Amino acid sequence: MNPAMNSAFNAGMAPVATPWFFYVLAGLAVASGVAVITRRNAVHAALALIVTLLSVAGLYLMLYAPFVAGVQIIVYAGGIMVLFLFVIMLVNIERSSKERRFNRIWPVGLVAACALMALFVSAIVKGKALFPDRGMPLPESSNTQQIATLLYGEAGRMGQYTFAFEIASLLLLVAILGAVIMTKKKI
Amino acid sequence: MPNFIMSYLGSKVTPGEAGNQFWALIYVLIIFAGVAVAVLAMNWIERKALAHFQIRLGPMRVGPHGLLQPIADAVKLMLKEDIIPAEADQFVFWIAPLIGLLAAFTVYTVIPFGPSQAVSDMNIGILFMLGVSSLGVLGIVVSGWASNSHYPLIGALRSSAQMVSYEVAMGLAVVSAILMTSLNATGTGTLSMIGIVQAQQQQGVWFIFKFFPLGFLAFVIFAIAMIAETNRAPFDMAEAESELTAGYHTEYSGLRWSLFMLAEYAAMIAVSSIAVTLWLGGWMRPFPNLLHAPAWDFIFSLFPGLTFLGLAAITFVGVARMPSQSFFKIQRIGLAVFAAVLGFIALLLLVIAVAGRSADTSVAARFREGIDYVYWFVLKVAVFMYLFIWYRATWPRYRFDQLMKIGWKVMLPISLGVLIVTAIVGVIFS
Repeated sequence: MNPAMNSAFNAGMAPVATPWFFYVLAGLAVASGVAVITRRNAVHAALALIVTLLSVAGLYLMLYAPFVAGVQIIVYAGGIMVLFLFVIMLVNIERSSKERRFNRIWPVGLVAACALMALFVSAIVKGKALFPDRGMPLPESSNTQQIATLLYGEAGRMGQYTFAFEIASLLLLVAILGAVIMTKKKI
Repeated sequence: MPNFIMSYLGSKVTPGEAGNQFWALIYVLIIFAGVAVAVLAMNWIERKALAHFQIRLGPMRVGPHGLLQPIADAVKLMLKEDIIPAEADQFVFWIAPLIGLLAAFTVYTVIPFGPSQAVSDMNIGILFMLGVSSLGVLGIVVSGWASNSHYPLIGALRSSAQMVSYEVAMGLAVVSAILMTSLNATGTGTLSMIGIVQAQQQQGVWFIFKFFPLGFLAFVIFAIAMIAETNRAPFDMAEAESELTAGYHTEYSGLRWSLFMLAEYAAMIAVSSIAVTLWLGGWMRPFPNLLHAPAWDFIFSLFPGLTFLGLAAITFVGVARMPSQSFFKIQRIGLAVFAAVLGFIALLLLVIAVAGRSADTSVAARFREGIDYVYWFVLKVAVFMYLFIWYRATWPRYRFDQLMKIGWKVMLPISLGVLIVTAIVGVIFS
């Protein structure tokens, strides 16, 4: 171990946000994302999607957003993907793997993907003016608390996004009720 | 390099927080070895206890009182032919046990065996534990599908449905415990595993007794849901041997099968330690605030040594009661050696307890403290592990519709109610 690294460890610096982690996680996310749409077998595609979601969770951790990473693992990788696999296992894989994979709306998808790409590129090009250079330096220890303060407010004061948050939860409640009513003929 | 290794020894935080990879790795290895030994021991205890529940003897032949049976089993499983069915999905079949094992062992990074006796203290600790342990079901689901066989597929479908429905009640019970952590001066709760135990220490009460019966109800819901989460009896629908031969691992054999077993037991220990951390005061000994005189500290620090002394005494009784035929000579010597080893460990622990009785910063005092924390934590987890066996011996398996009915129509409303009432009571009394 070289002396520079040694001193970094002794100073208590946690070397988490190294570029190598980013490259590995981003490469994994892209590679498994490509696998999701190219695998013929639906279960393989679902497994690749789980890898994508987990590596994106790792990227959130690198951005000092541990709460978002944890929720990503619980909700997407743990909950939704289990339901996905549940449904996929009931589908006849033999037949579905012989069907045409990309149907006639692929030009629309291509246009949409290009538009999204253009948006991202413009955000990167113009980003210096729009966003601060390094973003808000969030101290890792209070990220969850900061989210709570923004959503619910503190000390009797309403949070910045309380109204929007409540509206979103109401919308989700309506969606849940709609799903129950649509699937159950007799309640 | 030695300086880098030694610099951690004086610190009062986890190696992860201190950024010390070396000690983090050492802790990981200790935990891995400890869990592996615990799984072996659990294997023996489960067979013995189940046998005694049913008035049988259980394993008696391999070693004295069958003590070497788990090792013999492990050797057998490793030497057994590893069969992959021809029609199975090779890659997924191969990777499924590893998914379960990875998920079960990853959560051990945040389990707090003591205020600094954990690999790392994440500020999303409990969220991380719930999330990663819920990934374990992917291994079961995927293995059932990859086997390309009817029984495993049914087992996997049952397992995923059961897991998804019990996770809801479990999560709500956990949230009501996390709400209780915010009832302090600053009004800020925490998701960190170490922070949750420290919150119980500050409030001077284990959360199972807080706002009685609210904390107790949440604990009971979690205790039921965690059995369903780990697919243990009476909720072992995924591997119901009377209906599905062996459920999701029907087609597995040899080492791969043993990986499933290892993952199951590791997950059982992990969820038990979540329950211990959230409701039973984690590493704290009984009455840490009430009986906090140095004399009480000393008395409680004798417990680890006395426990091993008791085990050694039981083993010596076993040696004395061994039949006196020459056939049992080797078994008797082996058991006597085992008893002597237990007695030696007891002596060592007692010496450490006596040497480190003054609360200074000497190495002995630090060791005594660490042993105390780990002992009380492991003791509480061990009670849960015994309960798992007890449940299995006591209750018949649920039917699947009963299981779903309990999950959605009983546990979910109760846990929601407990959560709401906890929030109201917390606001009124804080």
